[in-house]
Amino acid sequence: MSKIGVTEVERVAKLARIGLSPEEAAQLSVELGHIVGFVEQLAQVDIEGVLPTDQVTGLVDVWREDIVMPSLAREQLLANAPHQQDGYIVVKRVLNG
Amino acid sequence: MVDLKRPIAELVADVLAGQLTAIQLTATSLEQIAATQQYHAILELNPNAMRDAENVDARVAAGETLPLAGIPFIAKDNFLTASTHTTAASNILKPFIAPYEGPAILRLKAAGAVLVAKANMDAFGHGGSTENSDFGPTKNAHDATRVPGGSSGGSTTAVSLGQACFAVGTDTGGSIRQPSSLSGVVGLKVTYGLVPRSGVVAMASSTDTIGPITNCVADAGVVLDVLAGKDASDSTSIDRDTKSYSAPAASIKGLKIGLIKEYLIQGLDPDVKAKLLSFVEQLKAQGALIEEVSIPATIRALAAYYILVPAEISSNLARYDGVRFGHSSTKATNLEETYRLSRDEGFGAEAKRRILIGTYVLSSGYYDAYYKRAQKVRTKLIDEFTQAFKKFDFLIGPTAPTPAFPLGSKSGDPLAMYLEDVMTVAVSLVGSPALVVPIAVVQKKLPIGLQIIGPQRSERALLQTGMAIETLAGDWQAA
Repeated sequence: MSKIGVTEVERVAKLARIGLSPEEAAQLSVELGHIVGFVEQLAQVDIEGVLPTDQVTGLVDVWREDIVMPSLAREQLLANAPHQQDGYIVVKRVLNG
Repeated sequence: MVDLKRPIAELVADVLAGQLTAIQLTATSLEQIAATQQYHAILELNPNAMRDAENVDARVAAGETLPLAGIPFIAKDNFLTASTHTTAASNILKPFIAPYEGPAILRLKAAGAVLVAKANMDAFGHGGSTENSDFGPTKNAHDATRVPGGSSGGSTTAVSLGQACFAVGTDTGGSIRQPSSLSGVVGLKVTYGLVPRSGVVAMASSTDTIGPITNCVADAGVVLDVLAGKDASDSTSIDRDTKSYSAPAASIKGLKIGLIKEYLIQGLDPDVKAKLLSFVEQLKAQGALIEEVSIPATIRALAAYYILVPAEISSNLARYDGVRFGHSSTKATNLEETYRLSRDEGFGAEAKRRILIGTYVLSSGYYDAYYKRAQKVRTKLIDEFTQAFKKFDFLIGPTAPTPAFPLGSKSGDPLAMYLEDVMTVAVSLVGSPALVVPIAVVQKKLPIGLQIIGPQRSERALLQTGMAIETLAGDWQAA
C-alpha cells in the first residue's frame, strides 16, 4: 500500500525542482511508498538520550590564513555554461510576460 | 604484450630499470581495452594517454624515481579529468568537461601513473549493478550474462579483464566493495577523509570515499601510498599514516577476529555462506582467534543509510540546474522551467527517486521523524562498532548477500537493489576502512570476496592482514 500519494510526490518534486509527467508521478508514488515504508522501521529503535552524528572522524573547525589563493580563470568556468554572452551566463527570464 | 596483472611494484621496478616503458604498458592497456570492449567497462578513452606515457618515460629517463612509473590506470567516470568528459554516467553531465582535477588524479599522475580511460558506473553512484548507467550496463568479467556489481562495476570489470593495472573508484555505501566481491578483485574502502574528495562528483558528502581497485592486496597498498593524505581542498580530509601502506604481510596467528553474526542471517545466499564459513575454518586452522560478535544496530543500518544518503544526494544534486553546466532543456520558456525540465530530462529514474526521497525526509514536518532519527541510529552504530573493536583486531563478514546476479533481474525493483548494500552500508556510516579480498567462487565461476573491517585509520594493518588472507585463499578461482 502506497503511503505517499501522487499529490505528495508532486509537492516534493516541486521542492526539488524536478518536472514529472503524470505517469512518472504515479509510478514514483508506488516506489517511494515502498522505500519510505522500509525506512520507517527506524521508529522501532530506542534512541532515547542518543545524540545525532554529523561527522565521524572527530575533526574540529580550524582557521586558515586569510590570503588570496589562485583560482580558475573566468573563461574556464564559463566554458561549460550552456548559454553565455559577454562573459556572463545567460538565463531565461524569471517571469513570462 | 606485457601482463598487466603482474604486481605493480614489479612493473614499476622494470620501468625504472629501463626493461619496460610507460609506452609499452599503456599500449598494452589500450589493446586490451579494445579486445574486450564488448563488456562495456569503459565510457571514454583518454585521447592523450600515449603522449602522457611518453612524458612519463622522459621523466624516468631524467632520473625521477616515480612510485607508479608508467602504470596504466582507469578512473571511474565520477573523477574529474581534464582530457576527457566527466559524466558520472549520467545524461545531465553528458556535455561536461572538467575545468580542474582533484588531488587523487593529480597525485596519481605526479607519481607516474597514466590515465588510459574512464569507467562506466551506476549514474552518480546510485546502484549496485552498474545497470543504472545512462549509457548502458557493464557485464561481469566472469560471466557476461551477469552484472559486475556497482556502482564501480565498470572499474571492477576493467581490472578483472586486465584492461589496466588498477582503477580508482568511489565507495559511499559499498560501491567499491560489492562490485569487487562480485567481480573477483581486491577493493579498499578507506577511512572517511583519508583520500581527499575534491575533484570527485559528490554523492553523499558524509560517507563518500575514494579508494583503489586492484588485482592483489599489495597493489592496493602501493596505490594508497600515493593517494592518501590531507589536502587543503577538502576540509574533511585527514592525515595519513606516517608509515607506508605498502608493508609486508602480517601473521594470522593470534589475530582476534569477530565474525559479524547479523550478516550471516539476513538473506545470505547458502552457497556464499558455506564458502565463507569454510574459509573461517581455514583461518582458525592458521591460529586466528575467531568468534561470532553481535552488532545489533547493523540490522537498522540500511534503513538509516537510505534516509541519510538520499538527503545528502538531494542537496548535492541541486547543483544540476541547467544553467551553469551540464544538460539544459531547449523547451524552457522561463528560469523555473529551465530548472524543472533540465532536471527531468537529464536525471535517470534512480537519481530522481533518491532526490525525491531526500527532499521528502528533509522537508518541513518530517525532518525529526526521519533525518534526525537516522542520525541518532548512526551514533548507536558507531558506539557498537567502537565496543567491538575493543575486543577484536578486525571484524569480518560477507561483502554482499549474493554472487553476481543476472542482468535485468533486479532492475525493476529499487528496494531489492538497495538490499545489495545491506552488508556494506554500516561501515560507511561508521567511517571505518574495509578491504575486500576474493576467497572463493560459487556455482563454479562466480567470485565472492571476504569483507575485512578495521577501526578508523587502521589501513596499514588491514592491508598487512589482507595480504596474509589473500595468500591463504591462494588459487581462489579453484576453491
